[in-house]
Amino acid sequence: MLPEGYLSTGGTSFADFLAQQAPQLLPSQGTNGAGTDLSGVTHGTTIVAATFADGVVMAGDRRATMGNVIAQRDIQKVFPTDEYSCVGIAGTAGLAVEMTRLFRVELEHYEKIEGATLSTDGKANRLATLIRGNLGMAMQGLAVVPLFAAYDLHQGAGRIFAFDVTGNKNEERTFHSVGSGSTFARGSLKKLYRENMSETDAVTAVVQALYDAADDDSATGGPDVARRIFPLISVITADGYRAWPQEQTAQVADTVIAARMSAPDGPTAPLS
Amino acid sequence: MTQPFYVSPEQLMKDRADFARKGIARGRSVVVLQYRDGIVFVGENPSQALHKISEIYDRIGFAAVGRYNEFENLRIAGVRLADMRGYAYDRRDVTGRGLANAYAQTLGTIFSSGGEKPYEVEIFVAEVGDDASSDQVYRLTYDGSVADVQGHAVMGGQSDKVDAYLSEHYTAGLELDAVIRLATTALGQDTVTDNGGVARTVEASALEVAVLDRTRSQPRKFKRLPDGAVAASLQG
Repeated sequence: MLPEGYLSTGGTSFADFLAQQAPQLLPSQGTNGAGTDLSGVTHGTTIVAATFADGVVMAGDRRATMGNVIAQRDIQKVFPTDEYSCVGIAGTAGLAVEMTRLFRVELEHYEKIEGATLSTDGKANRLATLIRGNLGMAMQGLAVVPLFAAYDLHQGAGRIFAFDVTGNKNEERTFHSVGSGSTFARGSLKKLYRENMSETDAVTAVVQALYDAADDDSATGGPDVARRIFPLISVITADGYRAWPQEQTAQVADTVIAARMSAPDGPTAPLS
Repeated sequence: MTQPFYVSPEQLMKDRADFARKGIARGRSVVVLQYRDGIVFVGENPSQALHKISEIYDRIGFAAVGRYNEFENLRIAGVRLADMRGYAYDRRDVTGRGLANAYAQTLGTIFSSGGEKPYEVEIFVAEVGDDASSDQVYRLTYDGSVADVQGHAVMGGQSDKVDAYLSEHYTAGLELDAVIRLATTALGQDTVTDNGGVARTVEASALEVAVLDRTRSQPRKFKRLPDGAVAASLQG
């Protein structure tokens, strides 16, 4: 028998439904970590995203840290959330992965109930609300900072949204980065980004940016040549979400590494 | 002093069943068929906004006939149940069988509880598998009974005439275009009568068609076919 709450009329939000029916399953529920030691908590590090001629590309390094220890070498930090969007996560991995899962169900739930997809801005606003719901945890040191990328079918362009822990939404037209190595990745992308790049160029730019982030940030993992672990690349265009195959990413990464053998600081930009 | 009329339980259930059956037979039929790459739902539905066929989860589709507000209620409850289960456990743990069971119990309880009127609905719950032999289609009726369907099935409207046509012409392993043509011809059989009524032609614009296509690369196998694609299929 379907429980009473399932048959009652209600909204289109799965997160709201979850809060009513099974609040213990909400990502930010049931913990009070005030004053606790956070060294045993897994953190995801750097995510970069850049728009290009046909859409948007997002990439994440593969390292997760736990204090000074490398907790995982091949973590997945970029997740598709529906056919035209993806989320990259930095911050507390456990909460961030759960929040992304909830966000994905949220988008799908709306689509199934309403028979129409949310607008890109609607999706970004929903994610902002979910992040704000985690504010209490963030204040205790368990922050979740996602980066949201989507292809907007109405505008016919890739879009990038960044957030802070209070859910403040900030749209970036060109490129952006979040996580511990983001300062270095942004500096790198600032010099490498061009308007209307091709897909391969955009992928090369984000791989270069992650390399620079790993070069200067101890928590960001560079391409792992010995284990053949490379950044995960997601591309969203008018045809929808697509994850780059590992062999193709490996080729780009190998080219980048080969060039760095003679120029360890990477490509240089003209002075004026 | 007035005596309450005695109504035997048999009579009570029969009355309720007759009531539900009448409501269901008023509308147009919906058919579900297995084809080479999955399962297709075809229904006659002039409305573009009010769907009879919808997605429940990755591999699970839903079709219904009867009273719209009642089956819409059940559909939303099904989406909630599936999303909740997939979120709490894993996406693979959401099954058509589990959903069919929940629907069966709900419909059964409403049918046999004295207070409410029974739901005037019939439902298909279909789950596409990795191959045709693991496809599952369940048919649920207003009283909560469940039947496992193989190959093809019809509900609502003049379902016996449509079903008779399908039983005669359906073969397993058809292509999508062929199976949509077959379903459309079958839906037009409801005007055939013994005293000379002939089959009508159903236009593509009056059809609602959706597939659960196991060859789709996305995890979500449900896809609605737009009018243009349906028209192309009908022209063959």
